[in-house]
Amino acid sequence: MSRTMDKLGRPVVAVTGTGVVTSLGIGKQDNWAALTAGKSGIHRITRFPIEGLRTTIAGTVDTIKIAEPYCAPNLSHELARLAASEAVEQSGVGSKANFPGALFMAVPPVEVEWTQRAAMAKVGGNGELTYKEILKGAATGQFRAFHDLFLFGTVADRIAEEFGTRGSPISLSTACSSGATAIQLGVEAIRRGETSVALCIGTDGSVHAEALIRFSLLSALSTQNEVPEAASKPFSKTRDGFVMGEGAGAIVLEDYDHAKARGATIIGILAGCGEMGDGFHRTRSSPDGKPVIAALRAAIDDAGLKPDQISTINAHGTSTPENDKMEAMGCQAVFGDKVPPTTSNKSMVGHTLTAAGAVEAVFSLLSIKHGRIPPTINYHTPDPAIPLDIVGNVARDVAVTSVISNSFGFGGQNTCLVMTAEPQ
Amino acid sequence: MPARDVIITGIGIVTSLGEGIDAQVNALSRAQPLRDIATFAPYTIHPSAAVNLDLQIPKKSDQRQMEQWQRMGTYAAGAALEDAGIKGNAELLAKMNLIVSCGGGERDYATDGSILTGMRSAANPEVYLNERLMSDIRPTLFLAQLSNLLAGNISIVHGVIGGSRTFMGEEQSGVDAIRIAEARIRSGQNDIFMVGGAVNAERADLILNYEMGGAIWRDADVPVLKRNGGGFVPGSASVFLIFERRAHAEARGAKIYAKLNPVQAEQSRRKAGDVERVLTTMFEGIGPVETVISGNAGFGSASTEEAEVIKRAYPGAQVKLSGEMIGHSVEAQFAFGVALAAGSIAAGHLNGPAVVTSVGHHRGEGAVKVEAA
Repeated sequence: MSRTMDKLGRPVVAVTGTGVVTSLGIGKQDNWAALTAGKSGIHRITRFPIEGLRTTIAGTVDTIKIAEPYCAPNLSHELARLAASEAVEQSGVGSKANFPGALFMAVPPVEVEWTQRAAMAKVGGNGELTYKEILKGAATGQFRAFHDLFLFGTVADRIAEEFGTRGSPISLSTACSSGATAIQLGVEAIRRGETSVALCIGTDGSVHAEALIRFSLLSALSTQNEVPEAASKPFSKTRDGFVMGEGAGAIVLEDYDHAKARGATIIGILAGCGEMGDGFHRTRSSPDGKPVIAALRAAIDDAGLKPDQISTINAHGTSTPENDKMEAMGCQAVFGDKVPPTTSNKSMVGHTLTAAGAVEAVFSLLSIKHGRIPPTINYHTPDPAIPLDIVGNVARDVAVTSVISNSFGFGGQNTCLVMTAEPQ
Repeated sequence: MPARDVIITGIGIVTSLGEGIDAQVNALSRAQPLRDIATFAPYTIHPSAAVNLDLQIPKKSDQRQMEQWQRMGTYAAGAALEDAGIKGNAELLAKMNLIVSCGGGERDYATDGSILTGMRSAANPEVYLNERLMSDIRPTLFLAQLSNLLAGNISIVHGVIGGSRTFMGEEQSGVDAIRIAEARIRSGQNDIFMVGGAVNAERADLILNYEMGGAIWRDADVPVLKRNGGGFVPGSASVFLIFERRAHAEARGAKIYAKLNPVQAEQSRRKAGDVERVLTTMFEGIGPVETVISGNAGFGSASTEEAEVIKRAYPGAQVKLSGEMIGHSVEAQFAFGVALAAGSIAAGHLNGPAVVTSVGHHRGEGAVKVEAA
């Protein structure tokens, strides 16, 4: 049997399973229904007190059970587990706890949190507390469980064990493009012939007080707290920052011939990836838009397509004044006066940070399947500086054969993915 | 010689042994790392040798935006570019891919202590926490703590912008960073990579991360294998390597240190005998070597298992424990071993090939053969 290759002579990478969890619900069905109905998952924060905070809203996932007290690694793990279960089950590959391929996982950087820090300090001493007392507490050996809990590799290791993935699982971060990078690593591994299947996940359950305050102090968050569901308004003139969200997206990537040989349903093709670093600034993009433009072009080239073959843009669209302007400029540079219909899922689920690239890739694939682009809600006052065809407020039904999904991160990490329908 | 061989053409390194690869190679026979037994007493750490940061990070404003682990990493990255003769070569840097292995941090210790003290008497500790964090945290501290911002700073300061990924996950992130870079070059996906990591051990929060698990050893005079699995002495290390496809390096007339072979990596469940089994298979694949540079963390039964497999698989080989040279530098330990092997081979201190191992203190196993190019 001859191998199916892409236009650049590489094995074709198919998607055979997807799974998603966000503040809109658990699973593709609930998410897609809410997303295409223009429903927001953003709400007032109840996980911790909001007194004294400038931002009091987020798209936290509060409906699933995790061990008490809340901590980011436990929630991130559970979100990933749910998304991965849905994806692996749909793919039908392998068997229970026996996934026959590699794991690439975007996880939020973890650290000891205040609850645990306080618990150790309490054992370590009285009076003025310093790290000496915390260390004394730790040295008693009473807190062994915290060690594993707060190692950077633990969330991925748990998923690797539960799903029985092969080899050394990768935990990665490229800030807000992490989820896309996880998928890109999977694509590259399959193209190299290293693995026939890859489980790629982005997860983030890290909305705690300090995480929110950190973004708040960088003036990155929306402070339009009054009506939570109206705060995230990508591409609107009145946008003032992003809204933190939580969630996970999981994708099973598979060598196309491998998938066909076992009779799997092909959900779509992960046709191209593009990345470009930005050396301009820690939190801001190059004013000339060059890195964003280069990442977009690289992804489209890598997919063997031309810009006019892209049906729709699943934008990074964070709702920060800077990102949306830069992204629009980048898209105009690449697509000229024919920028395809553009939407931002973050208007409804917020910015799921580490998970965003994976969550939005799952939504992009659903757009291909259903021929429907979810709306960008809260698009009531278009920004005149962004003359794009934004799919505002109401879902749009069009044939979608290819989507480009953008992810841009702090630290200048830009990643774009091109997904297409299975070639007929 | 296969044009797609992956070779090492640049090393930037700072440890407690000093700056530059020669300082590390010379210490192979007489390691005398700096040690600090006072600052974090009762804990000992191996602090980084002092460097003139201005040489690689000319703007003070850039230095201020980073914490020490990022500064040292960015410094070593610049030194690696310089060593490879490509510093400032915009065309090459624009296509150079970067993989960093690192953790995160560091905390503002004074603020943390003061908040913890205050929380004890606060009427509502959580509300008190909000108020203190809102008023006491330096806004840009977050960027100095974020894992992927070491890579970000390397892009900003040195212009490495072909692509940038940050792997986390303790020792194994260092193994996987080198594994993926090697595989991508060998398969033709890229020509040139910068790979490495940075760990600042001079941090109470770093000591805490491992002390919670009982993995910190306090007496640097006790050899790693005499600690009965009692753990490691943390050491600072900043290590970056330049990897290139042989044809690419030769075309630009690059200096060549050594050849890197495909990296073996596993993550066993760490049941009794797992490390032994995994390493045995890796060594069978790697074949005979004359030197072993072991990253043994000295923690738990994995430490003993690794030592035994090495003895059995390579009975005549010279075995160096990198933990006895620089302490344990977690995410940077494997890159240190690879740099040491490459530097020693290039300097003629090692004749035959060397294998570099990594058995993470809690999880992850890796090995790679480095040989004369």
